[in-house]
Amino acid sequence: MSTATKTSRREFFKLGSLTGMGLILGFDWFSAEAKTPVVIQGAAQAAASGFNSYLSIASDGVVTILSPNPELGQNIMTSFPMIVAEELDADWTKVKVVQASLDTKNFDRQVTGGSGAVPHSWKRLRTAGAAARWMLIQAAAKKWNLPAEECTAENGFVIHAKSGNKLGYGELAEAAAAIPVPTDIKFKDRKDFKLIGKAVRNVANKDIVRGKGLFGLDFYREGMLFAVIQRPEAFGTKVKSVDAAAAKAMPGIVDVVTFKNNVAVVGKSTWEVMKARKAVKIEYEKDGNTESTADHNKIFLSLLDGNTATVRRKEGDVETAFKNAAKVIRSEYQCPFLSHSPMEPMNFFAHVRPDGVELIGPTQTPGTARQATAKLLNIPEDKITVEITRLGGGFGRRLKADYAVEAAELSSIIKAPVKLIWSREDDMTGGSYRPAVRYRFEAALDKQGNMIGYKLRGAGINSGNPTREDNFPSGSVENLLIDSAEHNSPITTGAWRAPITNFLAFAEQSFMDEVAFAAGKDPIQFRLELLEKAKTAPVGPVRYDVDRMIGVTKLVAEKAGWKKKPGVSQGFSVYFSHRSYVAQICELAMTAGKPVVKKIHAAVDCGEVVNLSGARQQVMGGITDGMGHAMFGKLSFKDGVPEQKNFNSYRLIRMKEIPQIETHFVDNGIEPTGLGEPALPPTGGAIGNAFFAATGRRLKTQPFVDDEAYKAPAVKKQQPASTLKKERKP
Amino acid sequence: MAQFTLSINGKQYQPDVAEDTPLLWVLRDHLGLVGTKYGCGIAQCGACTVHMNGSAVRSCLLPVSAIGEGKITTIEGLSENGDHPLQLAWDEVDVPQCGYCQAGQIMTAAALLKKNPKPSMEQIDTAMHGNLCRCCAYHRIREAVKLASTKI
Ligand code: FES
Ligand code: FES
Repeated sequence: MSTATKTSRREFFKLGSLTGMGLILGFDWFSAEAKTPVVIQGAAQAAASGFNSYLSIASDGVVTILSPNPELGQNIMTSFPMIVAEELDADWTKVKVVQASLDTKNFDRQVTGGSGAVPHSWKRLRTAGAAARWMLIQAAAKKWNLPAEECTAENGFVIHAKSGNKLGYGELAEAAAAIPVPTDIKFKDRKDFKLIGKAVRNVANKDIVRGKGLFGLDFYREGMLFAVIQRPEAFGTKVKSVDAAAAKAMPGIVDVVTFKNNVAVVGKSTWEVMKARKAVKIEYEKDGNTESTADHNKIFLSLLDGNTATVRRKEGDVETAFKNAAKVIRSEYQCPFLSHSPMEPMNFFAHVRPDGVELIGPTQTPGTARQATAKLLNIPEDKITVEITRLGGGFGRRLKADYAVEAAELSSIIKAPVKLIWSREDDMTGGSYRPAVRYRFEAALDKQGNMIGYKLRGAGINSGNPTREDNFPSGSVENLLIDSAEHNSPITTGAWRAPITNFLAFAEQSFMDEVAFAAGKDPIQFRLELLEKAKTAPVGPVRYDVDRMIGVTKLVAEKAGWKKKPGVSQGFSVYFSHRSYVAQICELAMTAGKPVVKKIHAAVDCGEVVNLSGARQQVMGGITDGMGHAMFGKLSFKDGVPEQKNFNSYRLIRMKEIPQIETHFVDNGIEPTGLGEPALPPTGGAIGNAFFAATGRRLKTQPFVDDEAYKAPAVKKQQPASTLKKERKP
Repeated sequence: MAQFTLSINGKQYQPDVAEDTPLLWVLRDHLGLVGTKYGCGIAQCGACTVHMNGSAVRSCLLPVSAIGEGKITTIEGLSENGDHPLQLAWDEVDVPQCGYCQAGQIMTAAALLKKNPKPSMEQIDTAMHGNLCRCCAYHRIREAVKLASTKI
């Protein structure tokens, strides 16, 4: 197993011809409809075929798989080839993975985002592997003059058991290429899986632990220049004047150029440009509102109280339900902006030449980078190449191509190859944040404790729609109103791992707990009753799978011993995000008056687990990420200026703060539904609800460390004994 | 600009850089040793961790002029064939996610094991607390350090 990066398609073919071309199978990773693979016998045909990814088997038996999606730690470079190799019955130690460059002619979705890669390509990858396997078997049978039905494939060989005949894939590849591609391919039965579902190590481990230069920031080229950009400190301001004389005179500085609101310092090394940037004197003037967090707090309240909200979903008659309610519960939850802060800050290499543009760097959306560059520089897209390096994290930040386009624009101005580097401070203060949001929830209960009315209003700052109106509990409540109101701000926002639901899940699952307690019901039982309702008497469309949600709920309750551990404060939370379902139970203890998250149990339904090791990573990482940001994450503003600029004030979770995590996957054999994000959303709610169980206080704002309830001195929870007993018997 | 003679991974280098240049950027921009990463530049994340005379230091804040005779080891020089017990454990436990922080994590762990070959979990946690992993691969980092410590 090995990886190669930065290999263009042309190089890929070169590589193929060097090793002896053998069988090349063009298959469609990403177009809307899965097509049957087609055998392609050379670069010219391949390029003309209209198919967009290639599996090749060289005469030495090495199987090369071109992987189109950017790798940012979601482990796609391992799980994609695993799926192909499974159906191919390849020898895993002879599989080689090559990162593809951007190729919109041949690939349809070279994007990392939305937990979508494996669900999207599952069938296509299996088809590619299975078709090749079938053709190899046919080729062997022909050679031996034996019936193909009597032959099998195993670990890179075609075998005829009766005669003892055996041929390696490498030896068969060329002949197999002459076999017509099957139109009807049978997949393996999942009980015969040898790779899928197993823990397979990341194919890039060896390079990573040796410090190989895989990342965008590691890209160097003889003669390239280095640049940093000073952007306005405050959102809502623009450049008025620039005095760069002192900076230009500093050693190693080639130029200081201003474009748009960017003052770029260009020079011969990273350190020299970073140093010289401090010597540039820039004056700014107002160009909009320069907002503070205190302003946002007021804006939220006026949005929640106002009448500008857009209705997202409406069922029944909410007003009457609330009028008739025996009990009304009302609660508000709020979160701050967050920075994505992947460990590798934004950066990109660009070389704009008269005859074309070369872009190289870490991006979740290479296609967007190219489109935007083409538009800005008025250069046809086919004159722009984009090479995708490994990404040192993304979390949604690299869905935006701003930093790549900046590099291209700068290169076109200075007419030189340049690597643009964002310092950590640039990265944290440069915008595109998780939007700040405040929610107002209201629930109406009848005398029996049934939720007869539900209202949610979301108020967001550049959040788009801060609700997910079709998520639970929609479908289970007779009278429901979900709407949202928005404030437009100069502060830029973007998708942040599990967009919107990264906080909405906490708010909703905490509120659901509040309502359950007000109804005198066990929180899990309360949700199960609602889910049952959504199943048997749905109110409006139900856009989540009720059974899968019930499945993870029951599984985590069983595995964690819900309400069966005296003295342990437990909190439950369940959420559907993207296409998968995750339920969590948090165990929290008060240690010296401080809450300590001891353990989080997770039950995960992401369909078929492709790589058990990678899947566990996504769950453990997602939960820890969710916990860290719920506990500590905050980006606040003063007069348009971010108040946190680096990791000394922007707190991320660290080693001593992580809880134990126990993960259970539901084994239901349905097709994979994605796992890059779904483990994160439920975590905040599980912790908040466990905190309530321990203290009787509700956490309603993130980060928790700033929440008054969190900071208050410990007091024993005050719950009537009778309610408590009832809770314990779900 | 000045010429410095640096001993890195057992080799002598003579980069011509300003004396306040952090070792991190000398390694990356001038010597082609890109395994050492930039994460924060203010000694908060540990991505840039290297060894000086066997101790873990943050190369982002170490001016080249302060190194003197100090012997520097980077991730590229941790072992000859990438087979330091930590590197092997990192693969066995399958630690890396994006992988960007991992060289720094390994260098911090290597300095720990050099001083304390059999650390307790608490000692591991304390030693590793200064290294951020934005992907939150912490559980496996801890496990891999422990595993490597059984093989030293
Ligand atoms: S880059 Fe040196 S500690 Fe972060
Ligand atoms: S593996 Fe991505 S930052 Fe640690």
